[in-house]
Amino acid sequence: MTGAGPAALLRARGITKAFGAVVALDALDLDIAPGEFFALLGGSGSGKSTLLRIIAGFEAPDAGRVLLDGADIVATPPWARPINMMFQSYALFPHLSVADNVAYGLRRGGVAKAEAARRVADALAMVGLAGLDRRRPHQLSGGQQQRVALARSLVMRPRLLLLDEPLGALDAGLRERTGFELRALQRQTGAAFVMVTHDQEEALALADRVAVLDGGRVAQVGSPRAIYERPASRFVARFLGAANVFEGRAMGGGFDSAVAGITFAGAIGGDSLAVAIRPERIRIAPGASGANSATGIVEDTAFRGDDTLLVLRLSGAATLRVLHAEQDGAPPARGDTVTVGWDAADVVALAS
Amino acid sequence: MLAPVWAWLLVLVAAPAAALVVIALAEADSGIPPFRLALSPTGFATLVEDAYYLDAVLTALRVAVTTSACCLLVAYPMAIGIARAAPRRRVLLLVLLMLPFWTGFLLRVGAWIGLLRDEGWINRLLMAAGITDAPLPLLYSEGAMLVGMVHAYLPFAVLPLFAALLRLDPALGEAAADLGARPATIFFTVTLPVTAPDAAAGFLLVFIPAAGEFVIPELMGPPEAQLVGRVLWQEFFQNRDWPVAAALAVALLALLLVPIRLFQRLGARA
Repeated sequence: MTGAGPAALLRARGITKAFGAVVALDALDLDIAPGEFFALLGGSGSGKSTLLRIIAGFEAPDAGRVLLDGADIVATPPWARPINMMFQSYALFPHLSVADNVAYGLRRGGVAKAEAARRVADALAMVGLAGLDRRRPHQLSGGQQQRVALARSLVMRPRLLLLDEPLGALDAGLRERTGFELRALQRQTGAAFVMVTHDQEEALALADRVAVLDGGRVAQVGSPRAIYERPASRFVARFLGAANVFEGRAMGGGFDSAVAGITFAGAIGGDSLAVAIRPERIRIAPGASGANSATGIVEDTAFRGDDTLLVLRLSGAATLRVLHAEQDGAPPARGDTVTVGWDAADVVALAS
Repeated sequence: MLAPVWAWLLVLVAAPAAALVVIALAEADSGIPPFRLALSPTGFATLVEDAYYLDAVLTALRVAVTTSACCLLVAYPMAIGIARAAPRRRVLLLVLLMLPFWTGFLLRVGAWIGLLRDEGWINRLLMAAGITDAPLPLLYSEGAMLVGMVHAYLPFAVLPLFAALLRLDPALGEAAADLGARPATIFFTVTLPVTAPDAAAGFLLVFIPAAGEFVIPELMGPPEAQLVGRVLWQEFFQNRDWPVAAALAVALLALLLVPIRLFQRLGARA
């Protein structure tokens, strides 16, 4: 699943790009398979947007190759690439109607008028905007503008669609629905979608595969579940939803975190630099002691609906985040002293 | 709040305009001032009766339109270049754009005369290079007049375009490229239509002063080019027929209100 193999639609090899002294991409390798929904996940400065712009052709890499169906496209200008992009700002042409926006690429490609009109109507129907074709972009809501941008890209029938923070400008209520619609459109068109996002929930929810970018390199690539449950590094563990990460020393099959005063047991290699334990895997276990347990004072609580987030201050300087499920009864209150424990199988050893 | 604005308009626009109308309706006289207050249609009637004045207005409008169009033609590449430059370089380029504007107007016209006259730099260069034996009649031509006017009013066209291009989302051009448009197509299908209202503003900012321009046609233009600015000058200072001159000024002002009004409509629609 991780190596896209010989069937890869797009391969990036050794992509390097610096802006002045700032290295945006550092010898990055990546494979995109045909028809997959791929997410490039990273914080600001991770290089995710630069990578997208290099694939689209708006930036040239300092070194490296971008292979589409095995052919290097680095020297191909953006207007000649069979790749389309949906911009974060949507970049709708303000002087053109919705229909003319969507028809813009078809007109450049010399598609006959009647055929173009039919494809524009199909594309607008596909994104649920039938009937709005005479409107101007400024007469549309943000969600509608997003759909026009999507239709404008999809009408070109790209095999690879790049999406720059596609849900970033939508309000919370619309994001979930639009996310489902994006996935449906991706399945329906069979195009490979490559989405850039800084939101790990969005990446995990939508993508077939996720690449976590850090400092211009791929920190980890894999299915959302694999990345979430088995992060490969401290960075990935921290970036993907607030896992508890403790540094320390591996010793005799276990792991000792002096700063937290916790001993971890589990499948821990001798080269481990840190361990991660997810908040929802920790439960309140009065009387637990020894490895894979901890005692602390509840410093803060946050009710989140079906669970409550507890922040435990441990005997050392460290804190431990614990998710207390509603079905386990009333959560402890601020100031309570609580003992918690977890299974050895849930301890993730991190070697980098 | 708006009182100072109205006071300003009253003193600097309405009062002089009213004075113009009063003089236009007066009768010419040989005294000082050279008119007698009256309610005489003679000034305006002269404009209508003598084709000379209508000719002067039409010539001036034609030259002003050509000047404005040439300014836009030069201004677009300049504005695009400045807007795309790195911010620090942009300031330098803007200063360079405005630099000639800050030198004296007559000085600039003088410089052009020095370049274009028979013994000027260009002719000497052409003759030294053996391209021509006799000096070309560059100065005192419609071409020389246009060069002078375009140079004089270019910043008025560049600045609104530059501001518009700076506001233009660069993603628009990228989206067009992404959809298959080459750079020239991007300019004509995206950049030009989106910045059209600002181009119209630049056109108007050049057109209005160019229509009444007197100095450049007088010093660089062909003697037969009787532009309305020159005719105004002659009526006021040589013929001392103030009513006709004032009537002509009023007519020109009324005429220039038409494109301004059109532009306002255009702006309201955009």
